[in-house]
Amino acid sequence: MTNLQEFPIAGKYGRYGGKYIPETLIPAINELEDAYIKIRNNPKFKRELNYYLQNYAGRPTPLYFAKNLTDYVGGAKIYLKREDLLHGGAHKTNNCLGQCLLAKKMGKKRIIAETGAGQHGVGTAMAAAVLGLKAEIYMGSIDIERQKLNLFRMELLGAKVHSVNTGTKTLKDAINEALRDWITNVKDTYYLIGSVVGPHPYPMIVRDFQRVIGEEIKSQLKDISTRSPDALVCCVGGGSNAMGTFFPFLDDDTVSLYGVEAGGLGIRTGKHSATLKVGSEGILHGMRTYLLQDEYGQINDTHSISAGLDYPGVGPQHVHLKNIQRAEYVTCNDNAALDAFFKLSRLEGIIPALESSHAVSYAMKLAKKMRADQNIIVTLSGRGDKDIDQVINFRKKYIGGSK
Amino acid sequence: MSHLLNNRIEKKFCELKLKKQKGLICYVMGGYPDPKTNEKIISSIVDGGADIIEIGIPFSDPIADGPIIQEASFRALQNGINPDICLNLIRKTRKTYPDIPILIMTYSNILQRKGFKKFMETAKDAGTDGFILPDMTIEESKEYLEYSKKLELASVFLVAPNTSNFRIKKTLDVSTGFVYVVSVYGTTGMRNSINKYTLNAIKNIKKLSSNRTNISVGFGISTPDQVKLMSNFGADAVIVGSAIIQIINSNKDNNIHQLQNKLKNYVTTLKDACYDR
Ligand SMILES: Cc1ncc(COP(=O)(O)O)c(C=O)c1O
Repeated sequence: MTNLQEFPIAGKYGRYGGKYIPETLIPAINELEDAYIKIRNNPKFKRELNYYLQNYAGRPTPLYFAKNLTDYVGGAKIYLKREDLLHGGAHKTNNCLGQCLLAKKMGKKRIIAETGAGQHGVGTAMAAAVLGLKAEIYMGSIDIERQKLNLFRMELLGAKVHSVNTGTKTLKDAINEALRDWITNVKDTYYLIGSVVGPHPYPMIVRDFQRVIGEEIKSQLKDISTRSPDALVCCVGGGSNAMGTFFPFLDDDTVSLYGVEAGGLGIRTGKHSATLKVGSEGILHGMRTYLLQDEYGQINDTHSISAGLDYPGVGPQHVHLKNIQRAEYVTCNDNAALDAFFKLSRLEGIIPALESSHAVSYAMKLAKKMRADQNIIVTLSGRGDKDIDQVINFRKKYIGGSK
Repeated sequence: MSHLLNNRIEKKFCELKLKKQKGLICYVMGGYPDPKTNEKIISSIVDGGADIIEIGIPFSDPIADGPIIQEASFRALQNGINPDICLNLIRKTRKTYPDIPILIMTYSNILQRKGFKKFMETAKDAGTDGFILPDMTIEESKEYLEYSKKLELASVFLVAPNTSNFRIKKTLDVSTGFVYVVSVYGTTGMRNSINKYTLNAIKNIKKLSSNRTNISVGFGISTPDQVKLMSNFGADAVIVGSAIIQIINSNKDNNIHQLQNKLKNYVTTLKDACYDR
């Protein structure tokens, strides 16, 4: 059997991935792949990136034993990988620093990126600022409304934010618009994609820059026990925090992998973002992957309480892991995520991002079914400060302001 | 390229060469602004002198398109236009015009969703002569090319101003019907001026093709002067899209006769620029 860490093979994960892009982008994609392959094992590049990850962003992040949550749930021990403590407030910073440094080595001065919740936009703006690059961020006008605070943060950090008014006016259209910008300004522009999606080599590059999460977990576990974890639980939007966490454990079959997608208002309502759970094969944003789409191949509108999970596609490597049954993909509804959001806040004094709350919620369910001598590691992909408005509004709308 | 000898597109280019004309390829968005008007639009364009018709099937995420075609695509979808309606339109057009080449321009996912085989068979049966898929790359085209060959459908690939000579040659090998030269760095939409790099690209591709593949140039073309310039530098045909949609959009008072006249006259002025003088 092929070692799962060897993927992508020829730019593909099984039959998924690949590059479906306008011809104008081919030279840019090839240049990117060549540059990345040349630099990824370069000691000087690694040292420089590490420098920023440690001294600027605050790596390593702690692996915290959530004792109160564990006691409350009863069952397996729950550990939290604290990406919420990373500079910027989410795991996105790992990828942004990595790619901005790569862009700089490639001689690119202008960075463009898409953002949904605004976290990747903020990460990009920060990394660009510290590395002396110019950043322009595309964000759907509806997302700008939902995430005003992050808009101001990006602007404070010196980035220019373009409001996207086409299509559904959310993340997928922001990606479309960023791709159009790239087609137009391909010569001097670097496209910094925010998750393990897009044409090859992006899913690989983003995964590699997020692998640090899983690598750290591995070495931190050695300090607390000799065993590998029994389960890893991560939320899945595009799938970057999950892939970064899973990757170092892919070939260790004793570790169960769980990806948690946004069940929104419930799968049956159609208002969700559960791409792996109920999607179908298709081609979007440069890759062959699973999509939420109608019978004609038009991409569906998605819904999630968390803007960061609100995406109708998913990284191609996750589709591969699902198909070979190496990872299991489950869903968590808005309400359950919100419940976990409150629980973690009160029990541990940690306000999680709504995205991460999906993972916490599923981990609580899972822990109950497991033995006390087993352990679960949840990647807490981000902190919840950005979500306070959203939570207040959601409670008013669906719960009537009680609690 | 020989497997396509019986295709209407190849025949059309032979005919144009004998008549010493350049080809005019006109794009319309299928079912836009509505299916009835769309049929009339196609008639006016053919009457005006279009040599080849390109029918767009709207897609929710048209990354290669600029604002005009994006907007048309969006509105068509909102009006319930789907690939079946577009294929019906092609069926009707084929009945009215047995000889005019018809190409479908859309994105890969529209074919993928039904399965490349099934979608292409249905399209062939409706009277389609080939496909232009701006997000299909030669690397990913195995299945697509297999059915293009089997069904004698043209598979038109695109080349850009920054495409390497090595890749241009590879593209010339697999592209049938013609090669679509993207004239600019950017998405579809009208441009006022023509860049020097565009003309150089056309000249270069023409040379690399050794006259064995037809070269059509598109993205940004809207005036007779531009048509002449592209022709002089070696284009065998030009493709006009956004400018036509723009005329359709400017027909605010829904006067269909006026729109038909406008379109016909516009297409005629472009076709006039295609004659060798
Ligand atoms: C905190 C947080 N977690 C998770 C995600 C989802 O992204 P991914 O699935 O790529 O980790 C986002 C995206 O914005 C995010 O901000």
